[in-house]
Amino acid sequence: MIRSINKNFILYLLISIAFVSFSPYLFEDYGIRILNNIFIFIILAVSYNLINGVTGQLSLEPNGFVAIGAYVTALSLLSEDLKWDLFQLEDPAPWVLALSFDIFPALLLSGVVASIVAFILAVPVFRVRGDYLAIVTLGFGFIIKVFAINSPEITNGSIGLNEIPSVLDSYTIGFIAIVVVILILNIIYSKFGRAMKAVRDDEDAASAIGIDTFKIKTLAFVTSAFFEGIGGGMLAVLLTTISPDLFTFFLTFQLLIIIVLGGLGSTSGAIIGSFLVIGGSEWLRFLDGPIDIFGIQTDAHPGTRMVVFSLILIIVMLFAREGIMGKREFSDIFRKKR
Amino acid sequence: MDIATLLQQLINGISLGSMYALIAIGYTMVYGVLRLINFAHADIMMVGAFATFFAMDSLQSGFVVATFFAIIFSILIGVLTDKVAYKPLRHSPRISLLITAIGVSFFLENIVNVTFGGTPKSFSVPEFFDTIINVGSTILTPTVIIVPVVTLILLSLLLFILYKTKYGMAIRALAFDVKTVSLMGVDANKIIMIVFIIGSSLAAVGGIFWAINYPVLTPYMGLMIGLKAFAAAVLGGIGSVSGAVLGGFILGFTEVAVVAFFPELGAYKDAIAFIFLILVLVIKPTGIMGIDFEKSRF
Amino acid sequence: MSILELKNITKSFGGVTAINDTSFSIEKREIFGLIGPNGAGKTTLFNIITGNYKPCSGTVTLDGKNITNKKNYKIVKDGIARTFQNIRLFSSMSVKENILIGLENSTSYTYLEAMFRLPRYFLQERKISKRADEILEFLELEKYKDEIATSLSYGIQRKVEIARAIATDPKLLLLDEPAAGMNPNETDELAKLLFKIRDHFDITILLIEHDMKFVNHLCDRVMVLDYGKTIFEGLTEDAIKDQEVIKAYLGDFKHA
Repeated sequence: MIRSINKNFILYLLISIAFVSFSPYLFEDYGIRILNNIFIFIILAVSYNLINGVTGQLSLEPNGFVAIGAYVTALSLLSEDLKWDLFQLEDPAPWVLALSFDIFPALLLSGVVASIVAFILAVPVFRVRGDYLAIVTLGFGFIIKVFAINSPEITNGSIGLNEIPSVLDSYTIGFIAIVVVILILNIIYSKFGRAMKAVRDDEDAASAIGIDTFKIKTLAFVTSAFFEGIGGGMLAVLLTTISPDLFTFFLTFQLLIIIVLGGLGSTSGAIIGSFLVIGGSEWLRFLDGPIDIFGIQTDAHPGTRMVVFSLILIIVMLFAREGIMGKREFSDIFRKKR
Repeated sequence: MDIATLLQQLINGISLGSMYALIAIGYTMVYGVLRLINFAHADIMMVGAFATFFAMDSLQSGFVVATFFAIIFSILIGVLTDKVAYKPLRHSPRISLLITAIGVSFFLENIVNVTFGGTPKSFSVPEFFDTIINVGSTILTPTVIIVPVVTLILLSLLLFILYKTKYGMAIRALAFDVKTVSLMGVDANKIIMIVFIIGSSLAAVGGIFWAINYPVLTPYMGLMIGLKAFAAAVLGGIGSVSGAVLGGFILGFTEVAVVAFFPELGAYKDAIAFIFLILVLVIKPTGIMGIDFEKSRF
Repeated sequence: MSILELKNITKSFGGVTAINDTSFSIEKREIFGLIGPNGAGKTTLFNIITGNYKPCSGTVTLDGKNITNKKNYKIVKDGIARTFQNIRLFSSMSVKENILIGLENSTSYTYLEAMFRLPRYFLQERKISKRADEILEFLELEKYKDEIATSLSYGIQRKVEIARAIATDPKLLLLDEPAAGMNPNETDELAKLLFKIRDHFDITILLIEHDMKFVNHLCDRVMVLDYGKTIFEGLTEDAIKDQEVIKAYLGDFKHA
């Protein structure tokens, strides 16, 4: 198994690197912006897939950890002067002022903070049957938003933070995405990934064979949170402005569609799904405006796009539950039968 | 704090608690028979509120007619949801069902959003509900009396159905063992449909009460309320109807008390439900009434 | 020295007493049969030994160590592995991967070492891959190693489940009705295999079974359970002649 990964793996790696390197020449500004968005969503989706798809625990956590990551990175990158300018509701807390890191340590810090929070959440939830994970993480997302709005000395409340320095170019974003995908694949193709899949397939049989299911679920959850935090930090830099209502349940919902469409449990699927959903979302934007049907203009109905998305999710779950890739990866499709 | 204010807060608590209870029941019953956290349930509540609004606003009907319309409509949506989205997945892994429920929830929210537009709708509360009744120095409105009373009546009705009719017995049995119940000739799907009818109608009533108390409607109002109602159901003991009611009232009273006695924490009142949820998970996962459905998995 | 010892085990569920003050012990390298009519409590006893249920009273001792209230996954480390009556293999993984999961305990590389592909990961993965191949060969399963486990025939799946259990390097192997659904040829093969396993891996085997011919052929000693109580413990051939056992089984015997 290790050898077959190496062969195809190098190939895909080279293709990805080539794609990222040449993308500025292949696409114009608008395309690059979408591509950057896609790269970040790839990071988020591949991480989200780890707890949801690989370990089989339905969690709705991304928007919470992405928010945490975004704020940590934003606050680390903003200079002290800027903070004094931006914070209008209340003076920034002293430790907020003192927070100052370059982009890479900032992203790392985002990941670490998200992981710590994830660990605290994981302990009560995974001790019990995982049914409640979805609701707890859903509530968690809300709480983070409530916290962001009501802690103006940390987050500048509902105004949010802007003028975040744009210190990431599309090469860096793309390469970070490649690195994250590799790291997560490394986990999946190891005893830990096998244990996660075992927990997904049959949790009771997994514990009967010696797997500490609590530990595995927590590992998956914390790892997902870590990379979601990093993704959040990158999002903050990409958007240069963040506010509490950027990180609503819709973000989680998009990621859910991405990994379901791509195939719950498949990392390649998550990548494909990111391209399809984020790219498709741009393309479907026309649904939110007035539509031209056979020369008749309908009114603008903002929100139609979301209706279509929810229908897509329902239809995929009903008729094509495996998604595009099922649980397989690219390398599984092209593997020759021995 | 004087007696009048205390009484006022008590009444508020009962009012809020009733609404949470009505919605929590739907969650707990569906979880009981399907082991599904029906994410779309709170959106049924929202649909109920919007349907009433629609009936009064666009169809110019009276309040009472509007409520009937809304309840019937909500039941339809609830049953349809089960038939179209949940029934085909009866034998699929639970995660598929949960994801579909999320999809349905999102669908309902956005369809309402597209149909009614994104601006919050102002619910025209019939004047009757705002007439002021003075009891000493406490101000009452008919709402605060009607909500708990109707809730109580509905609850009694529900408990009667559950414990004194054969359908109720089937529902309770189904919660424990689907296979055996089916083997005994009970049409599980019919029973499940009845559960959705009951849950949806109660949610619709809850939605209407909510609209009367907080007359601003948005398509996404169900999200927060639903989360809290589910937390209430877990607090009381998921799967237990009396637990859902108990949890609903505890949550309602706590929220009112926090806002009344600790106004600085007011913004965090929404976090209370979440805290209860975590506490229950840590201390006693089966909740106050503590029904453990987990039979031998080995 | 006995490898497994159960003393005064009682287990009730609600109002029903499933196991009623039961005791028995198994010697090293024995093949021990746990038999009795349906509903006697055999699987419950299994679950108590493996830590899935906590007994209401009594103790379970493995090789001198008290494992009574230990969690089930920890007991695997102590040296007990089991198979299930209804075969619970991991449905998304190949035969070899199912076995690799059993070998998890023989690895010690950390999460970070896996994530960053440090040398220890490669060394240990290669080691367990070889070991998995050895186990596959021993059980004549090598040609199925990349097949999805649950796509294979029932008999092969049984073997895979046993292979997975052996991979955990147990002292005691618990098999829950391993011969269920097998014809006489297959049961003979299974018996041969279990003897081979016992000898090669130096394991003690405890199995639940209904097929008396199989039990008679395979088991050194048996314990007969009826309504949660031990009604016989001793040599297999004596069990068949015992009055109480015959009474309990009336109508339940296949062959003797």
